Amino acid sequence: MIKNAKEADTYPNILEVKQLSTSFLVGGNQLKAVDEVSFEVAEGEVLGIVGESGSGKSITLRSIIGLSRRYGEVSGEVNWHGKNLVTMPERDLRKIRGKDIAMIFQEPMSSLNPLLTVGLQIRENLVEHTNLDKSGRKNRAIELLEMVGIPDAANRLSDYPHQFSGGMRQRVMIAIALASNPKLLLADEPTTALDVTIQKQILKLILDLSKDLGMAVILVTHDLGVAAQTCDRLAVMYGGKLVETGATRDVLRDPQHRYTMGLLKSVPENIAPRTQLYSLPGTPPSLLNLPKGCAFAPRCAHRVASCADAKPPLVGATHQVACFNPVDDDQKSMGAA
Amino acid sequence: MMFKKLMPHSSQLFVLLRPGFLVGLAILVGSLALALFPTIFAPFEPNVFNYSALKQPPSMEHWFGTDNLGRDTFSRVIWAYSVNMQMAFVATIFALVIGVTVGALVGYYGGIADAIFGRCVDAIITFPFLVLVIAVVSVLGPGLTNMYIAITLVGWVYYARLMRAEIMGQMANDYAAAGKVMGYSDRRIIFRHLLPNAITPVIVYWMTDMALAILLGSSLGYLGLGAQPPQAEWGVLIAEGRNFITTAWWLSLMPGIAIVLTGLGFSLVGDGIADLMRPRG
Repeated sequence: MIKNAKEADTYPNILEVKQLSTSFLVGGNQLKAVDEVSFEVAEGEVLGIVGESGSGKSITLRSIIGLSRRYGEVSGEVNWHGKNLVTMPERDLRKIRGKDIAMIFQEPMSSLNPLLTVGLQIRENLVEHTNLDKSGRKNRAIELLEMVGIPDAANRLSDYPHQFSGGMRQRVMIAIALASNPKLLLADEPTTALDVTIQKQILKLILDLSKDLGMAVILVTHDLGVAAQTCDRLAVMYGGKLVETGATRDVLRDPQHRYTMGLLKSVPENIAPRTQLYSLPGTPPSLLNLPKGCAFAPRCAHRVASCADAKPPLVGATHQVACFNPVDDDQKSMGAA
Repeated sequence: MMFKKLMPHSSQLFVLLRPGFLVGLAILVGSLALALFPTIFAPFEPNVFNYSALKQPPSMEHWFGTDNLGRDTFSRVIWAYSVNMQMAFVATIFALVIGVTVGALVGYYGGIADAIFGRCVDAIITFPFLVLVIAVVSVLGPGLTNMYIAITLVGWVYYARLMRAEIMGQMANDYAAAGKVMGYSDRRIIFRHLLPNAITPVIVYWMTDMALAILLGSSLGYLGLGAQPPQAEWGVLIAEGRNFITTAWWLSLMPGIAIVLTGLGFSLVGDGIADLMRPRG
């Protein structure tokens, strides 16, 4: 189920996110969407960021590549080959976007320009980031479409996005993103809008490409099943903060944070048949009005006095958790996903 | 290639067969022919006096009668087509280009530029369109060119407002963000990706606006602020006939009919295009 989880120290980190915060001004109030998030991505690694809607996972992704800076305030560091992307001027950032770091989106229906043929849209990226000539670009475009598994690629270059199905469009999107051999692919819920069989194919495609091209992937998803099948490491987000990170196996078999535990307990496969499915009480906090202490404390059955006063720091070596009262050993019966 | 998709699905083309659209199209084609080749259709010179035929009612020789100086009204109405059709285009095209550009930019960048733009729009649309245009023409001085400048100065706001809203709507689609993460320049994202997707309502509005421009142009001509006599222009013709409305009704009525007819043509074609470009769902 889990592909050989790489040890963090055997591969160099290509991306280091330190204390990344993103906040937006909403009607005079500050909305903290991402709150001092830190993590690393190693070369060729697949990192999953999981969390429910509004936990800040998409904004984290968008902040890495500088899509949030126009709408809100981003602070902290995103180190990419020794350069901080957060403070990098837009003009330099443009050279990294699409070339070294690419991104795919949730909605394949709207992430392609409906008025341009897919061939044109692939070639547009090649013009921007490679030195290929006209025929070279065409060949590369065909090669890319074949690589993502689109049959009869040469003839489909002149087709418009509406002539492709949702899954095929996501493949096209991946082809465009991969046009200039990025080192890191940011995938923002790439399979959420697709049906289950297509989801599997697209995930497999992303994984295969990651392995073949040695490309690191940050996969944002709210689907634990998807994360379990795909990722080397997991980062669980709640209320704009990372609450637990670690190798996928460790996080799923041995969850330390109460929230991760709750999430796992609410997956039907994890409990005995014909028993009531666990559901986390309460709702996620409003990002406009986060509690002073741990954001999860109001929903947590195991909170202690300090939870309401201070935000627990993320502690640990390879398996990190941000909790004042983490899951004990005797409570760990709730194991493998 | 963008027009390939802008052109609707063939099943929608039946709109083009509606009688309203066909009538409108016929009127517009006819008007355009009259505007481009007045010499072919007009039996007389528009500005040649004929003192032996003053204020004659419509007859076989002078279909629309003659005016107080013996000029053939039919020929003058025909000659006016070139001026008035020119108004439809010239008075709107610069407003369209400026409005679309400004609207796209403020829609895309937002922020302070957008706030300033919002105030400008509010300030301009507070005044009735005609009043503002008249004010500008009064400052610049009457005449066709100044009238075009005035209409452009006021009219671009309406295009910009429409474009801004459309661009903002289009930006909700991921392809805008995708262009950004692909490392494309803002200019490329705005003008190559967003604008072609957002332009449809502007084109529909443009059709209506051309009809309005003819009305506006002739209104200003009537008030003496647009085209100047003796140039044959519908507004000017109506104004000239005003003094003789009780004795020579044809002088004002005939150019009036021309205005109504041409305006109707633009409106009918505009409706057809609006139906055609309406998103299918």
